[in-house]
Amino acid sequence: MSELSAASAGAMAAPRRLDLRLGIDVGGTNTDAVVLDRSDALLAKAKVTTSADVSSGIEAAVDAVLADGAVDRARVGHVMLGTTHATNAILERRSLHRVGILRLGAPAALTIRPLLTWPQDLVEVVSGGVATVAGGIELDGREIVPLDTDAVRAFATSLQGAIDAIAITSVFAPVSPRHELAAAEVAQEALGEGVHVSMSHELGALGILERENSTVLNGALLGVARDVAGSLAESLARRGLDAALYFAQNDGTLMALEHAVRFPVLTIGSGPANSIRGAAYLTGREDGIVVDVGGTSTDIGVLVNGFPRESSQAVEIGGVRTNFRMPDIVSIAVGGGTIVRRGALGPDSVAWRIREEALAFGGSTPTLTDAALAAGRTAGIGSSTPGAVHAELLREGLAAADLAVADAIDRVKTSRAEAPLIAVGGGSVVLPETIPGASEIMRPDHHDVANAIGAAIAKVSGSAEEVVTFQQRGHAEAVQEISARAGAAAVAAGADPERVEVVDVEETPITYLMEPGARIRVKAAGPLVTS
Amino acid sequence: MHAHQHGLRLDSQGCLVYHRWVPRTILPEDLPDIARGCSVLGAGGGGEAYTATLKALQAIEDHGPLRLVDFDELPGDGIVMSCGLLGAPTVTIEKLGSGHEGLHLREEVERLFGSEVVALMCAEIGGSNGMEPFAWASRMGLPVLDADGMGRAFPEVQMITMELAGIPAGPAVVVDERGHRVVIREAHGKWAERLERAIAIAVGGIAASAEYTMTVEQARHSTVPGTVSLARRIGLAISRAESDPVAAVIETTGAGRLMRGKVVDVEQHFGDGFVRGLATIEGTGADAGRTMTIDIQNEYLVARLDGAVKATVPDIITLLDEQTGEAIHTERLKYGQRLVVIVIPCAPVWRSEIGLQTAGPKAFGHDLPYVPVEELVPGTGAWPGLDVGDASP
Repeated sequence: MSELSAASAGAMAAPRRLDLRLGIDVGGTNTDAVVLDRSDALLAKAKVTTSADVSSGIEAAVDAVLADGAVDRARVGHVMLGTTHATNAILERRSLHRVGILRLGAPAALTIRPLLTWPQDLVEVVSGGVATVAGGIELDGREIVPLDTDAVRAFATSLQGAIDAIAITSVFAPVSPRHELAAAEVAQEALGEGVHVSMSHELGALGILERENSTVLNGALLGVARDVAGSLAESLARRGLDAALYFAQNDGTLMALEHAVRFPVLTIGSGPANSIRGAAYLTGREDGIVVDVGGTSTDIGVLVNGFPRESSQAVEIGGVRTNFRMPDIVSIAVGGGTIVRRGALGPDSVAWRIREEALAFGGSTPTLTDAALAAGRTAGIGSSTPGAVHAELLREGLAAADLAVADAIDRVKTSRAEAPLIAVGGGSVVLPETIPGASEIMRPDHHDVANAIGAAIAKVSGSAEEVVTFQQRGHAEAVQEISARAGAAAVAAGADPERVEVVDVEETPITYLMEPGARIRVKAAGPLVTS
Repeated sequence: MHAHQHGLRLDSQGCLVYHRWVPRTILPEDLPDIARGCSVLGAGGGGEAYTATLKALQAIEDHGPLRLVDFDELPGDGIVMSCGLLGAPTVTIEKLGSGHEGLHLREEVERLFGSEVVALMCAEIGGSNGMEPFAWASRMGLPVLDADGMGRAFPEVQMITMELAGIPAGPAVVVDERGHRVVIREAHGKWAERLERAIAIAVGGIAASAEYTMTVEQARHSTVPGTVSLARRIGLAISRAESDPVAAVIETTGAGRLMRGKVVDVEQHFGDGFVRGLATIEGTGADAGRTMTIDIQNEYLVARLDGAVKATVPDIITLLDEQTGEAIHTERLKYGQRLVVIVIPCAPVWRSEIGLQTAGPKAFGHDLPYVPVEELVPGTGAWPGLDVGDASP
C-alpha cells in the first residue's frame, strides 16, 4: 500500500525504497525508538523521557532517532508502536466511549450480572445500558436456547443516540460465534453505522465474565484508538514519513492499524512482551530467560519458541478483571538506581536522579550501580569511585541483589534444568558474571533499547480456540483444523501467508466429562507482508 | 473434649459462652474469607470459588444478608436440602446459571418428600460447592445450615457422610438452567454418581443436584456440623494474619505441618473425566534436602516424605502459598511455586470402617493402610470442626 502511493507520487523519480522500519516502545520512564534496515541491522537508536500525554514523547523519540545521519527518512516504510495510550485512558477514565452492554445468556448466565465487580466510577463513565437476552451456545456448539433477536432489537433501539459502541458477549462464544454475529447484525441495523460493535469471540478465551469485561473495555477504547491512530499517522506524515503503522500487542506480536482501531484493548501491556522479543532477536535465541534491569525494577520473563510465556492468572486493568494474556513476569525491586542501606536493599530507587545522587556521580546516596562499580562488574559510569568507607555496605547490597535476582529467576523457570539467560536494560550492569540456574549469561549489544527493537521486529499473529471431544474426531485432526483457523487469522491481520507458522498450542483437558475432551488454543504468527 | 475447637470463651460477665462466630448472617464482606477457607478445606479440589462468590454477592446485594443456622434453630422434622453443582469447572465459567436452580430443586424435593425445606446445606464445603447454595438460599429467603456432607472436597457424589449414615441418595433431583427437572427415584452408592453425571453431560456439562435429602433430626446425626463457620475462621486467619498467614492457618486448624518447599515437578494426566498426577516438592529452609511427593486425583491424596507415607486421604492434604497462605488448587500447581504442605485431620466419621471403605486410600486405588495423620506427624491437633452428632443438644 505504501509503495503504491509512493510510486504514484513520484512518477518521475527513481522508485523509492521503503526498506527501513522504525520501532517505538513507550515505557513508564523512557520512550525508546530504533530504526532497523531490511536485514534487521540497527541503524539508529534514541531514548527520551516519556511524556504525560504519551504522544509528544513518541514524537520526540521519532525526531531524535530520525536526526541520526544514518537514517534516510524517505526509506522508512513501517512504523511499529508499543504504546500505553489505552492503559492510561482506562486508568484515568478519560476519553472513553459510552457502551451498551449486551449479554446473550438467558437463562444460562443470569446469576452474575455484567459489570458486577467493576469500580463504580468506571461504570458511570462507560455503561450506557445493560441487558441480558435469551441466547448462548453449549460447550459442544449446540444452542442453549434460540437467540431472541426481538429483544436484541428492542435493547439496541432503546439506546439510539445514547451510546457510541455496543459490546456483545454470548455464552461459549469461543466455541461458536454465531449468536454474537447474528445479534451484531440486528444491533447494527437498529443503531446505524455510526455505532461500533465489539464482539467477545474476537477477544478469545473461555471465562464469560473476563471475556465480557475485555469486550466492554474494548468498546470503550474505540474512540481513543481512532484518535491516537489518526494523530500519529498525521504526525508521521508531517515528518515526511510515508509509512504503514502497526501496533504492538501484549503477546509480543503486531496488528495493522486497521486491526488496532477495532481491537485497541489488545495493545494494553505490550511493553514486557516487546522487551522479551527484542532480547530474542538480539541474541538469536528462541528459548531462555530474559532479565530486564531498569532503574527501579527488574522484570524477569521466559522466552519459549521465540515468544514470551503467558501468565495463566487473570489480569486486572483499572480494577476490572480481564482475559488478557500477559507475559508471565516476575518483578522485583532491583534496579541500577536502587538505594543500598545497611541491612536493607531498596525497594526505593533514585530513578532518573541517578546522575545527581549516586556516589559515582558525586552524590551521597549509595546505589546498586555504585555497588557494581566497586565490585568491578562495570566501569566508566560517572566520575568518582565509591570510597572505601562504603565498601562493606556496597558489597552486602550487591550480595542481596544477587540473591533476589537468583530467587526470582528460579521462580519463573519451568524445570530444574539450567537455562540460558539474556540480560537487557540499562541497569543490567549490576548483574554478576554467573547466576545459579543459568547455563550462561548473554549481554547483547543495544540491550538498552531491546523493547523498541522488539516492537520493530515483531511478527503478526492470529489465534483460534475450540472445545473438542476426541470421540468426534482425532486429536491430531482437531489441532490441525484449529491451527488452520489461527493461521487464517494471522493472515487477515497482515502476516505473510507464505511464512505463517504455529507458535503455540495450548491444551487444557476438561475434567468431569465422560468422553475425553479438551480446550485447544492455537497461536500462529508470521512476518509482515512487505512488498 | 473439643472445648477449644468449639470456641468456648468468656463473655464480659465472665460466663462461658459457646460460639462459632457472630453475627449469624453472611454479609458480602464475609464471602472472600469463606471462599479462602473453602479452598483450604478442598485439599486442592472442588474448583475455585470465584464465580460462586460473585453469585452469592449478587444475591445478597439483591435480597439481603443470608442467614446461617444451626440444627437447634430449625424444626426437627423440617427438610434439609443438601445440594450443589455437578459437572465440569470449564463449563461453570461460561454457564453461570439461571439462579432458579435452587428453587427448582426445592420444589421437586418438597413434592417428593411432602414436607417443607427449611434450610439448604452445601453437600461439599471444599472448593466452589461450599458456596454454590448461598445464592439459591438467599434468593428464596431460606437459611443455610452450618454443616456439610464431607468436611472437605471429594470427587464423587456418594463420598458423603450421609451415605455412611445410611441415608439413601434417592430420590435425587437434577435440574438445569433451562428448567429441566430430572428425578432419580432410587439410586444407591456409585449409581447416584453415574446417573447424575450422565444427566449433567446431557444438559451441557453442568447441572445442579440435590440428593441424600433428610430431616433436620437426621442431619444432626449424619453431617459434619460447623463447617461453614470453620471455613470462615480459616479465611479470617489468612486475611487478618499480620506476618505469617500459613502459621495462622496451622494455628486455626491444628494442622500438621509436613514441609516447606518448592515444586520441582508436576506430572498430570487426564482420562475418564479425572485428573491424575504426581507432584514433587523439594524442601527449602529448615526442610532443605528433603523431598515430598504428592499423588493427585482431583484432590491431593497421598503425601510421602523421603519415601515414607506421612498422610493419606481422607485426611486433608492442603498446599498453601508460602507468602499469601492461600490454598493452591491442583489445576494451578506448577513448577517453582513456593509452598507449605499441611495436613488437617479429617472429620472423625471418615475414620470409621465404612468411612475408609468409601473414601480411604483404597477407594482411590492406593493400596495403603490408613494411618491417622496425628500418629505420623507430631504436633498435629484434632479435626478443627465438630464431628457428626456433636451438635446434639
